[in-house]
Amino acid sequence: MLEIKNLSYRVDGEDGAVDILRDVSLTVEDKKFVVVTGPNGGGKTSLARAIMGIYPPTGGAIFWNGEDITRLSVTERAQRGISYGFQQPPRFKGMKVRDLLNVAAGKEMNHDSACNYLTKVGLCARDYIDRDVDASLSGGEVKRIEIATVLARGSELMIFDEPEAGIDLWSFARLTDTFREIHDKKEATILIISHQERIIRLADEIVLIANGAVAARGSVEEIYPKIIADTFIGCDRLEGDRKC
Amino acid sequence: MLNDIQKNILAIVADMKGTGEGAVNIRSDGQKAFRRSTEHIVIESKTDKDGIDIRIAPGTRNEAVHIPVVLTKGGFRDMVYNDFFVGDGADVTIVAGCGIHNCSDCDSQHDGIHTFYVGKNARVKYIEKHYGEGEGEGKRILNPQTVLYLEEGASVTLETSQIRGVDDTKRYTKVECRGAGSEVVIRENLLTHGNQKAVSEMDVFLSGFDTKAQVVSRSVAQDESSQIFYPRVAGDNKCFGHVQCDAIIMGGAKVRAIPEISCNHVDASLIHEAAIGRIAGEQIMKLMTLGLTSEQAEQKILEGFLR
Repeated sequence: MLEIKNLSYRVDGEDGAVDILRDVSLTVEDKKFVVVTGPNGGGKTSLARAIMGIYPPTGGAIFWNGEDITRLSVTERAQRGISYGFQQPPRFKGMKVRDLLNVAAGKEMNHDSACNYLTKVGLCARDYIDRDVDASLSGGEVKRIEIATVLARGSELMIFDEPEAGIDLWSFARLTDTFREIHDKKEATILIISHQERIIRLADEIVLIANGAVAARGSVEEIYPKIIADTFIGCDRLEGDRKC
Repeated sequence: MLNDIQKNILAIVADMKGTGEGAVNIRSDGQKAFRRSTEHIVIESKTDKDGIDIRIAPGTRNEAVHIPVVLTKGGFRDMVYNDFFVGDGADVTIVAGCGIHNCSDCDSQHDGIHTFYVGKNARVKYIEKHYGEGEGEGKRILNPQTVLYLEEGASVTLETSQIRGVDDTKRYTKVECRGAGSEVVIRENLLTHGNQKAVSEMDVFLSGFDTKAQVVSRSVAQDESSQIFYPRVAGDNKCFGHVQCDAIIMGGAKVRAIPEISCNHVDASLIHEAAIGRIAGEQIMKLMTLGLTSEQAEQKILEGFLR
């Protein structure tokens, strides 16, 4: 179980300190599918990165399976079963897709296993397995390889940051099926930052993050109509005390 | 008989176990240590200077020749001239490479001048690895020169790499694609560390009609080491050339890349790219999210980059 208690993250800006996350508290039960959504700049990616250990929180605590992991490194968190799919994944000159999948799995994968993960993200394995993860790949291709590494890692908690970004409709449909399958088989706890209705509708719970805080949380039935209404009405309700 | 040091170096620079298979010439401390010719590949000593002639018969297919050099005597200086005559239509792999084991306080040095005459429609893959080891204060110096002349339809791939342990190197590569439709691919990987220095110069002349050259230089400079690259490509006919220099710089290292392209014909198309920078933080972070430590992540990135 993931427990986030009063988490805050403050950075120094040109005009003084800026609160990126403010007193965020959140619990994600095992094997649940949670979608984090909300307006751009609201703090969603910062929250995901804080859970993974990429951003150091300035206050609060993060517990994973009862252990306080707030001060643990990224590596230590990964080794405890947390993984993270970057919104804009880096490229690696000279490193092949197969290499990256092997690192993710922590072992030399056989050809069929490696191909299986690529197929899950809508890539034709034969065409990609021996390609370099470099500028010869499109943004959408790199993104799907990134997601495949998270799947290959097989972590207990999988965090995906806007997995839909840059991905074509056909591949996105395949990806959605993969997320559904993981959830149905109870293979992992999934926390996804997304704005896509098809992903939101898979969620057990939606967490709305705005202005660095949890603005609302609940089931799809409870929260999604509110999101739609706010989209048409304006963003005052999502933004809390910060007017647009 | 080869000793353990020699065997170890041969395995590193030429992927050889013992004396290997096929055509082989092992040079150790300035002397012929082992030689074996085959039906299609004949190796003979030069009569006018130190070195060998390697004659590959026309039409020789899927054969390899290994000609590694090992230096184990401290303070030894070796210069050798090796000429390769690759017959028309041959398709062969040539594995060279030099390893220096220097435990003395005197410099050890090997200068190898390799000249290739590549016949019509012949295909050559040339692999050369350089490596140094030993605890002495003496430097391990390697100065390779590789010169290639390509006839019509010939194709050569050069894969050269400096693995580690070479204190000082001045590399020079010259390629003349003089036959129509000939092409060359040069992949140079270079690692320097400590206070090592490396200079790599290349001259590629695309003088034949419809010739092609691709130069890919990947280097990693660590600690206080320094590297300079001068890849130059000249297009004197309808041709295509691409020069790409990528370097990762670490610690207090310094790297200069000075690519030069010269178009001397209206149908010559030449491109160069050069990029030098540190390992991107996001790359390390990504591999850390997959369970590697930052040190392991860095090593993994460098391995891939220099592959």
